[in-house]
Amino acid sequence: MEKSSIIEINNLIKRFPVGGGFFTALDDINLSFSKGEFTGIVGPSGSGKTTLLNILGSLDVPTEGEATVLDKKISTLSHKQAAQLRNGHIGFIFQTYNLLPVYTVYENVEFPLLLLKMPAREREKAVQEAIEWVGLTDKIKSKPAQLSGGESQRVAIARAMVKKPELVLADEPTANLDSENSHHILRTMEKLNNDLNTTFIFATHDEKVMSYLKRIIRLEDGQVVKDDWMELKEAAS
Amino acid sequence: MIKFLIKGLIRDRNRSMFPILTVTVGVSLTVLIHCWVTGIFSDMIDVNARFSTGHVKIMSQSYLENIDQSPNDLALMNAEDIIAEAESIFSDMNFTTRIRFGGLLDAPDENGETRSQGTVMGLGIDLFSTNSGEIDRMNIQTSLMAGEIPNESGEILISKEFADNLEVKLGDPVTLISSTMYGSMAMQNFTVVGMVEFGMSAMDRGAIIIDLADAQYALDMVDAASEIVGYFDDGIYEDEQAQLVVKDYNARFLDVTDEFSPIMQSLRQQNQLDAMLSYSEAMIGIIVFIFVLAMSIVLWNAGLLGGIRRYGEYGLRLAIGENKGHVFRSMISESVAIGIAGSFIGSIIGLGFALYLQVYGFDVSQFTQKTTMMIPNVYRAHITPVAYYIGFVPGLFSTVLGTALSGIGIYRRKTADLFKELET
Repeated sequence: MEKSSIIEINNLIKRFPVGGGFFTALDDINLSFSKGEFTGIVGPSGSGKTTLLNILGSLDVPTEGEATVLDKKISTLSHKQAAQLRNGHIGFIFQTYNLLPVYTVYENVEFPLLLLKMPAREREKAVQEAIEWVGLTDKIKSKPAQLSGGESQRVAIARAMVKKPELVLADEPTANLDSENSHHILRTMEKLNNDLNTTFIFATHDEKVMSYLKRIIRLEDGQVVKDDWMELKEAAS
Repeated sequence: MIKFLIKGLIRDRNRSMFPILTVTVGVSLTVLIHCWVTGIFSDMIDVNARFSTGHVKIMSQSYLENIDQSPNDLALMNAEDIIAEAESIFSDMNFTTRIRFGGLLDAPDENGETRSQGTVMGLGIDLFSTNSGEIDRMNIQTSLMAGEIPNESGEILISKEFADNLEVKLGDPVTLISSTMYGSMAMQNFTVVGMVEFGMSAMDRGAIIIDLADAQYALDMVDAASEIVGYFDDGIYEDEQAQLVVKDYNARFLDVTDEFSPIMQSLRQQNQLDAMLSYSEAMIGIIVFIFVLAMSIVLWNAGLLGGIRRYGEYGLRLAIGENKGHVFRSMISESVAIGIAGSFIGSIIGLGFALYLQVYGFDVSQFTQKTTMMIPNVYRAHITPVAYYIGFVPGLFSTVLGTALSGIGIYRRKTADLFKELET
């Protein structure tokens, strides 16, 4: 089955000014991601994982080369267009959950839909559905401070998924979780990947995450050193 | 979305209650300081106007040259005619005659011998005419500590402090020893009917008040006046208007070749009040400016820090898909709401304290006992129309400015850098 590409990265270089010179965080990256992928970008700290994720999320721009996400060239987007891309099509999951502490679970999940100006009835239905996906219906009125780490991350997943984005970018989503919660989270995301055909791209160095991934891209010193399709490997073995 | 943001604002005390408290404190202090400083200077001017200078004053030219000596031999003659002319020209003003005199007040014993004696600063004012307004103008009723206001000839009011020093009681006879306007000795008996305390050391040390007609009789000054004071009907001194009145009057009546011709001076021109008024206007401006500036900087910083503290949240909101303009506008809207709420509450609190100080004042009499200046013993705040909105300058403007400056960081910093704040 041929999968359509939703991300194309060509000769991407990202440099950061350091002192009088530059630090090259990403060096000549060429990658392509298809719809429905469940892919991890792995590598040690400082290898460029988060930088790559930021560029794919239109939070940053390449120094050279191009990244095209959902047919949008990241380097040419204005702030407003980048925000529209993120708002409409990309969900983020963070290591530290980053829920808005004064809002309830329901309100945290509702927030992206408010930005999309979705009608109230439709919004309520979507929020209820997203909270059901992550199994937190009983915590709907709870505030983040009343939730465990695992529950908080599940709220973050619901928030990322509520608008049914084509792409979810997850930066070390299990780093702060114990083993049981990590597996719970990963199974939830795997299910959403299968049910909704959402593309998940992880930045991680957690071994537990890797066992769920269908594709692993290894970065070292800003360069792709390995790009393994696990399904193909399994099929071959 | 607006409802969502308001909900967050109300629930997050760091975003609502604490900034509002900061703004409230800053604004209330600004309002109070403004009212207090304005009150101190207005009181000084008002006291001078009521007791000494009037809003304008008519004297003879030679009296003016020697005014420190209250030289009644240089008094104005035909005072009634002068008043009638002035009131016909300046219909929005009223004029009244006053006689100032110095002398001795003698308190005799039961044998008619001097028991005690003291120097006095005397004032002859119209106590009996129903339309003179002098009793109200000088707050005699409220200053009356004992007895009553004279209601017939031969009665005298003396300051309580002076009465205590002379050991004079209500109903006691006293003798005024002074000089007539023609230079001969004047002696006149009076009965003490009231004791007053004006709250000004310069008056309370040795002031006596008698009716104008009694003064004219005792000092041989029939239809003469040391000075004729004029007041605007609304009781408020307007410097520019007073200058116009003075200019007009002097153009009509001043004859520089006749030392007894009348000359008019405004409040500003008397008792070195020109310097005092200029000084007070400058001081009010400077003090209020410095305070408003200081509070502005504090509130600006509060706004700035409040904004910077939330960079992480802004990073998250940007990541979720909110655009920078929307985040910035929501920050400004929040700070406007906080600024208005804090300014409103702060203005009410500041005005409340100012009202208290306006009614009860702050007693500084122990510091002014020896002064000869016409300054009140109790300083009071004065609520002016400016007080109702001056707090909004630091409260609203500075808070919003501080927030706007912190918000510029959202535009100048890369989205990814803001995003990194999430992890810190």
